[in-house]
Amino acid sequence: MTHEQDQIHVQLGRAACAPLCLILGVALAGCDGAQPEAASASTVSQTSTNESVMLHPVTINRPAGPPVARVQTADAEVALACSTCHDVREPDFTNATTTDLDLFHVGLEFVHGDLSCLSCHNAEDYDALRLANGVSVPYPDVMTLCAQCHAPQARSYENGAHGGMTGHWDLTRGPRTRNNCIDCHDPHEPAFPRMQPTFKPRDRGLQPAQHHGEEANHG
Amino acid sequence: MVEPSEPRRSISLPVLGSVSRRTAVKGIGATLGAAAFATAISPLRKLQGEISAEELMQRHYKELSPEDKAQVINRLENETKERFGADVTIDDPRPIPGTKFVYAINLSVCNGNGKCVEACHKENNHDRDTNQSYIRVLEMQKGTMDMEQANTTYDHTVPAEDKFYMPVQCQQCDEPPCTDACPVEATWKEDDGIVVVDYNWCIGCRYCEAACPYHARRFNWKKPNVPAAEINPDQGYLSNRIRPQGVVEKCHYCLHRTRKGRLPACLEACPTGARVFGNILDPESEIRWILENKRVYVLKEELGTKPSFFYYFDS
Repeated sequence: MTHEQDQIHVQLGRAACAPLCLILGVALAGCDGAQPEAASASTVSQTSTNESVMLHPVTINRPAGPPVARVQTADAEVALACSTCHDVREPDFTNATTTDLDLFHVGLEFVHGDLSCLSCHNAEDYDALRLANGVSVPYPDVMTLCAQCHAPQARSYENGAHGGMTGHWDLTRGPRTRNNCIDCHDPHEPAFPRMQPTFKPRDRGLQPAQHHGEEANHG
Repeated sequence: MVEPSEPRRSISLPVLGSVSRRTAVKGIGATLGAAAFATAISPLRKLQGEISAEELMQRHYKELSPEDKAQVINRLENETKERFGADVTIDDPRPIPGTKFVYAINLSVCNGNGKCVEACHKENNHDRDTNQSYIRVLEMQKGTMDMEQANTTYDHTVPAEDKFYMPVQCQQCDEPPCTDACPVEATWKEDDGIVVVDYNWCIGCRYCEAACPYHARRFNWKKPNVPAAEINPDQGYLSNRIRPQGVVEKCHYCLHRTRKGRLPACLEACPTGARVFGNILDPESEIRWILENKRVYVLKEELGTKPSFFYYFDS
């Protein structure tokens, strides 16, 4: 895997005075029921070229590595890499959706355009992903994979206009952490999930008419 | 002998039997005046225990010397401990030179889930009973900007079909009608664009609330109820310290955070990443890229309030 080829140069925020070299990464959770071992984070080092101000880093969340399938055996739970099974099975390029599967990954929801499994999963190395041109991408750099189709979103992301963040708006005073594509979008079902609003105002004008209790304040 | 009448008339001492009409009226007036004065100051007697003499005599924020300010803040911290049982730190960060804060919300992304409303509620020590917050999310019919048709109390799964969601909070106008309306200059616009309120100077007339075309100001009808364990101890004098009853408050772009370089609480809480905050004077800021590359509008532009708050759409 040649990581260098997969680097995307992103300029964030104060990009002109601080060229950032971000390795955009991350992973498509490959196997159903499998999650990356732990979300790690990549720290983007920044150096200021024409200012003496030291900028704090912008950290983009990244999965630690390829997803791991947890399998319960008779005496223990073991973590299996994708390649554990896939190395000994021939890839079937005719499988377009998970409904074609009858042994593993059955029931995995998959609603992502006209893609098929091997559009993103790498048939030559199941512990990695692949770009449309066949170049392998490690799981932590999944954003490179997403960006090849979702250019407008990637462009907005590069310029800080897409994706949640926490920390500091002013990098001279503190660092910032940014979400990765897959923090919000399930790669297999990327539409942002619908939500239930849980917090609503209880303005007096919005309530049904009530009589004043003893505590009512007429001050 | 005729009794002289002149000397009798000349006696004008306020003594019974020799009272002139003028003196009687004066006496009645004085009595009524004293009664009226007593009635007028009676609320002050009721305030004993709630408002200290120090607080009553406190000067306007802009007239406080650094020593005065330290004393005021110390008093407020102690009062918070007494009245709410919480140890808090009240700071007074000033604007960062060369900074003008601007907010933008991506309405293509906002789905109306209201996490920003809740984050504001908690960050700013709002009254728990009313779920008060500086943010109101309007559920709007697609194809119209008619806010009369908007709904703020929707409780269904979002986003709903054919709706879009527009969070509204203080727009930190460059021509703020609210500050002009204040009869006592208890609210003003600071150098970084944030419109603030001195809660100890506000007389609670609510003129500013009526003047705001965005319904961004809130009035404290009652003493806020915040459990001690839920009080955010990181407080600012002009921002999220617990407000007294009877004063107006508003969004202050979390100045106790943003003037120290941090992002506002509503932005960090947004699960969709719809919110962007920054310094419009920095040409490399995210906010400048949005203004230059996105379809941007401001709310009620025709009123000439010049908001420091923008809404935009993708593409």
